Amino acid sequence: MTATQTSAGKRPPLWRNVRFIRGALQVLAVVIVLGAIWFLGNNLRNELVAKNLPTNFDFLGQPTGVTIADSNFNPGSPVRAALIIGIKNTFLIVIVGIPILTVLGTLIGVARLSTNWLVAKAAMVYVETIRNIPPLLIILFVFNAVILQLPPPRDPATPLDWFVISNLKITGPGFAASSGAGVLLAVAVLGLIAAFVVGAWRTRYSEQTGQHHHRVLWGLGVFTSIVLIGYFITGRPVSMSFPVLDGRVITGGFGGLGAYFAVLMALVIYTASHVAEIVRGSILAVPRGQTEAANAIALSGFQRLRYVILPQAYRIALPPILNQYLNLAKNTSLAIAIGFAEITLVTFQAIGNGYPAPQLILLLMAAYLLFSLTISILVNLLNRRLQLVGN
Amino acid sequence: MDTTAATPVEKVSVVVAPRRSGPRVWMKKNLFSTWYNSLLTAVFGALIVWVVFRLGRYLINVDTEIIRVNLRLYMTGRFPSEQLSRLWAAVFVTTAGVGFFARAIVRNGRRKAAEAGLGFERSNWQDVVRRFWPIGALVVFTLSFTETITPTLLTLVAAAIGVAAYWLGAALPTWMVHRSWAIPLVGTLMFYVVLAGFGGVGWDLWQGFFVNIVLTIAGISLAFPLGLMLALGRRSTLPAVRYLSVTYIEFLRGVPMITLLLMGAFALGFLIPGDFQFSLFLRLLIAITLFQAAYIAEVVRGGLQSVPHGQVEAGQSIGLSPWKTMRFVVLPQALRNVIPAMVGQFISLFKDTTLVFIVGLLDLLRAVQISTAQPEFFAQGLEAVVLPFAAVYFWVGSFVMSRESRRLEKKLGVGVR
Repeated sequence: MTATQTSAGKRPPLWRNVRFIRGALQVLAVVIVLGAIWFLGNNLRNELVAKNLPTNFDFLGQPTGVTIADSNFNPGSPVRAALIIGIKNTFLIVIVGIPILTVLGTLIGVARLSTNWLVAKAAMVYVETIRNIPPLLIILFVFNAVILQLPPPRDPATPLDWFVISNLKITGPGFAASSGAGVLLAVAVLGLIAAFVVGAWRTRYSEQTGQHHHRVLWGLGVFTSIVLIGYFITGRPVSMSFPVLDGRVITGGFGGLGAYFAVLMALVIYTASHVAEIVRGSILAVPRGQTEAANAIALSGFQRLRYVILPQAYRIALPPILNQYLNLAKNTSLAIAIGFAEITLVTFQAIGNGYPAPQLILLLMAAYLLFSLTISILVNLLNRRLQLVGN
Repeated sequence: MDTTAATPVEKVSVVVAPRRSGPRVWMKKNLFSTWYNSLLTAVFGALIVWVVFRLGRYLINVDTEIIRVNLRLYMTGRFPSEQLSRLWAAVFVTTAGVGFFARAIVRNGRRKAAEAGLGFERSNWQDVVRRFWPIGALVVFTLSFTETITPTLLTLVAAAIGVAAYWLGAALPTWMVHRSWAIPLVGTLMFYVVLAGFGGVGWDLWQGFFVNIVLTIAGISLAFPLGLMLALGRRSTLPAVRYLSVTYIEFLRGVPMITLLLMGAFALGFLIPGDFQFSLFLRLLIAITLFQAAYIAEVVRGGLQSVPHGQVEAGQSIGLSPWKTMRFVVLPQALRNVIPAMVGQFISLFKDTTLVFIVGLLDLLRAVQISTAQPEFFAQGLEAVVLPFAAVYFWVGSFVMSRESRRLEKKLGVGVR
């Protein structure tokens, strides 16, 4: 009591000093965390040594002892190479899946709000059914009930002679490259850059004159003509290639494993149901006056969606859709259940072959973090462009 | 009195109904308003007829022999059959606990309403049926595959115990009702003792759909305190605490749950001294808890951010300590706001518990898979029978919960106030 009365000029005791308490708490937190890490790391080292496992990452250069379907990977190749193939396969699901599920999700989201009763109800049943089922179950179902029901590899279906379809592999027309294809690729990249430059010019032109920009047409035209000219100048290095069946061996064409298509289909079906809900919510969040304004200037139903509603809806929808993209990337790990050699399965197999689990799982987590980070950076860049200035 | 008041309201709504009605007008408006709508209707109509036709043919021709033979494997895995009575006892404990808890909540609600001088509207039993009928339907669906009458009778007993507990809950002493949070705790303890105590079956042998449910509930309950701490840590003014929390949350949110499960199954054993090895179930539960905590932390953070800063200032102005401000002013409002999001997290964990099958725990999905590998059912395309069967369970659970969360959202007025 006396202390409070004579506090003028006196400093509070140490245990009442806010700055001291704050500092002490932080030091305590850091010490606890570091202590825990040290304790666990120490255990890890001891256990690894006790089990005769390596404590570093040198094992990455040793042979895996596994085979990976649909690649020229042999059991003698190092663990590192297997992991890289795994990352590539994961990437192939994500990069193909994202555009498809965006379009599909948007279509279903719009369909849920359709004035057509039948369409709206069908979309609702789809969304409510699919999003309440575990994605793993959908993957297993698509693989077992769709892909494995295709004809066996010894007797595949060949519709139009363009495709070779079996339950092991699905192959369609592709491109075959000969020498000089690299040059053409460089030309194509140049063409793409030129197309964007022209598009930017058309946009500026449109803003200055009020004429229609037609930037997609212009861009496509520039790109196509550059690539076509390059194609003939480099001596036609790329040709169409159709899959040819010779016994059980398929040569030419472009395709993927049945398991790949199963994962892709299942994850697109599952994630699209979530995207559809987001799109629907975002469209509902666009003020009703916008629809009325679009109707007042006599836009058609499609124009209203394309130029008025969807651009505003996407502004709201993009952050949650980003989450769904990340979910897609993370859910690719479920492909392990049907034996598609993405990064998780490769890691799993390496652990099964006696390589140390802690290091491998750490690498696996790092790979997924890299995926997540890349996707969020890209989408956040897009998000910044879409947001209103001053928001 | 209520009924007399309700009748005229219904009459009014009939009068307000559009004058031009009838199936033809409705079809013209909703199916054939423009030429492309007619086209869409035709295409989707054909599609729906085709789907319904295929589905009908599938349901008529489907042979559920595999489900009837393996139903116990699906529900409880390899739970020892001589101990099955313990499992039923655990079910009885659960229904009794739910009954008591429901009554306690109702009584608490009425007391609080009376204290605040508000009317209390108790939901009638029709309402409860309307909300939870899919679960009842699921139980009936499951029982329709049993081969003896015993499970049905025992289920009826369990339901009777639940109703009796609700009824007896009226006689619970008030001091008990005030501490209604203790009921689930005591119930959980009894549940565990009934199953595992006195030479019973430990959690290493908890399998089948049972383990999906246990992992979901245990995962969320254990992750909640950790997630709450992480959320508070992320909002802390102490930089060190904040950065540690952010690192933990963002790291775990960036990786898929399966990597955590792999860690639990294969790497956790390396992190603890050799003498203290846990069973697979426990290791996976730890992994799930660590993973869910990061997501719960983000959910709770959303709630904390939704509480206006004026509330904190109000707490400070009446001389509450920071801890008390958090505990009595901010957290109650924040947690109320995040209940729907928590239910969402609960649903997503419920679906994700199927992943344990990859690391070898025998859950419903795993049980369903190994049943198709049995000699008498091998390679007959029975995945098309058993996978939809398993899907029904997850669908019903998720659907009921998501509807509940939407109801809560409306009731709590989240986003309105």
